[in-house]
Amino acid sequence: MRAAPVLAGALILLFAAVLVALAVGAYPVTPAMLASLLWAKLRFLPDSSTAAATVIFAIRGPRILGAILVGAALASAGAAYQGLFRNPLVSPDILGVSSGAALGAVLGIFLALPVAGIEAAAFAGGLVAVIFVYGVAAAIRGRDPVLVLVLSGVVIGSLMGSGVALMKFLADPENQLPAITFWLLGSLAAFNRSDFLPIAVPVALALLPLILLRWQLDVMTLGDEEATALGVRVRLVRISIVAAATLMTAAAVSVSGIVGWVGLVVPHIARLIVGPSFARLLPMAALLGAAYLLLVDTAARTLGTIELPLGVLTAVIGTPVFLVLLARGRRGWN
Amino acid sequence: MSTGLGVEDLSFGYRGRIVGGPVSFAVAPGEVLCLLGPNGGGKTTLFKTVLGLLAPLAGQILLDGADTAGWNPRRRAQAIGYVPQSGAGQFPFTVHEMVLMGRTAHRGTFAAPSAADHDAADKALETLGIAALGERDWLRLSGGERQLALVARALAQEPRLLILDEPTANLDFGNQLRVLEQVRGLAAGGLAVLFSTHHPEQAFACATQVALLKDGALARIGTPNATITAETMQLLYGTEVDIVSVGAAMKACVPRAWREAR
Repeated sequence: MRAAPVLAGALILLFAAVLVALAVGAYPVTPAMLASLLWAKLRFLPDSSTAAATVIFAIRGPRILGAILVGAALASAGAAYQGLFRNPLVSPDILGVSSGAALGAVLGIFLALPVAGIEAAAFAGGLVAVIFVYGVAAAIRGRDPVLVLVLSGVVIGSLMGSGVALMKFLADPENQLPAITFWLLGSLAAFNRSDFLPIAVPVALALLPLILLRWQLDVMTLGDEEATALGVRVRLVRISIVAAATLMTAAAVSVSGIVGWVGLVVPHIARLIVGPSFARLLPMAALLGAAYLLLVDTAARTLGTIELPLGVLTAVIGTPVFLVLLARGRRGWN
Repeated sequence: MSTGLGVEDLSFGYRGRIVGGPVSFAVAPGEVLCLLGPNGGGKTTLFKTVLGLLAPLAGQILLDGADTAGWNPRRRAQAIGYVPQSGAGQFPFTVHEMVLMGRTAHRGTFAAPSAADHDAADKALETLGIAALGERDWLRLSGGERQLALVARALAQEPRLLILDEPTANLDFGNQLRVLEQVRGLAAGGLAVLFSTHHPEQAFACATQVALLKDGALARIGTPNATITAETMQLLYGTEVDIVSVGAAMKACVPRAWREAR
């Protein structure tokens, strides 16, 4: 399938999701009102002080940007990990990166670090987790490598999870514990303008190596020996990609908490549509991830009378998809 | 200056574990060296060392007279094309995309494939007579198609030396012949070719030289006629065979036990 029209389609889908997300919610905004407000914004008129303008530009707008960034980051990171580990079943959560980043972030919250400190702790935690998981999987040779990688991810993830539980146990039950618990469920409800740069900058920084190394990553999917014989410096490429994907995951986790399954399911769907070549897969996964998370987040805040945790919704959607992928077996990675 | 591949007093193996050597041989452009030997004799380790995937424990690997020690993967890949036993691809790339990966060493690390790269991939597919497979899904190819596509990928590297590790393993009889035919054609086009096999007949069919590798050492090296004899096959595989002539130039190995059983 030609990539350009399909990517344009994904962009239109994302745009439509943005419009829907702007319009729906506890305070509904009619399409006419939305159109006139956006038109005024496009002409750089000062924001009107109506309730609708406040809802759209101060509350929903930043949250929409947050959903787009988190969704795009998790899906891009998932696509990169899947190619690098030559395994379509891996993702930031399955590799334990998310729980490692969560432990780092919870530690950061516990120590009352500033946002940048929480992010750095999340990055360190995620990196430690992915190195552990890959090390364990590499040490256990001669078994089904998919199974070993997934299982070691589960094991390291649960170890990280018990670290999180310890932090919850130690946290101040009045102030810190509710914040940690709410955040661990995965949510963008608290996302505001000041959260934008701390996630946008690392995501943009991490996207750069993924974009630059997109053709090398295709060759990496053939395994170290074939890739080396084709002229790729596998160690350098692997380190760059792992660092970039882990940084993205950590940035996402540090603002949204654990939002699982996006990094697994979305790259899969993107690969179904545009094929495995990373030059097309990366933009497609990023666009679809952004649109998907935005739609799920919009559902999370509109479906019930109270807001549903985002991470719970993505898990409800992601788990059956993962099981279907597992059941389809090794040969069906397309 | 000698052209092609020169291997001089090479010892090969893994760090702290010598698998074989020292071995010396040379493959000139247009020549095909067929490496025969029992399983575990060191064929794959020797190939990995020549490819630069393993560092030589001692000795030299020369390409067109230049020592390849210290070459980076890109420089090696520009000179040496590699056809693995079976491609490890796990993702549904098209055959064209897979062959295009052979161009990796010819462009910058961050560069996208150019129109010339696409042309080179198409040309390689045409050379092997599988242009029609270009848009097929790699995962849905048959074993023979896959092997030919891997040869095309190595060809797209525009190498001076082509290394094929048991290129006919896992192939049916017809596909074995097709792959060997291509190997012979590529050598005729000026490539130096090094390949391993478990079938001595294949050496008669397309090799100019045969090297017998046993326990990490070169037991014999020379022309197929002089090297593949009842005596050397007994030495190599521990089984008695008769070498029978088929026509003027072709020979075949027939295990004596089979004949006596009939």
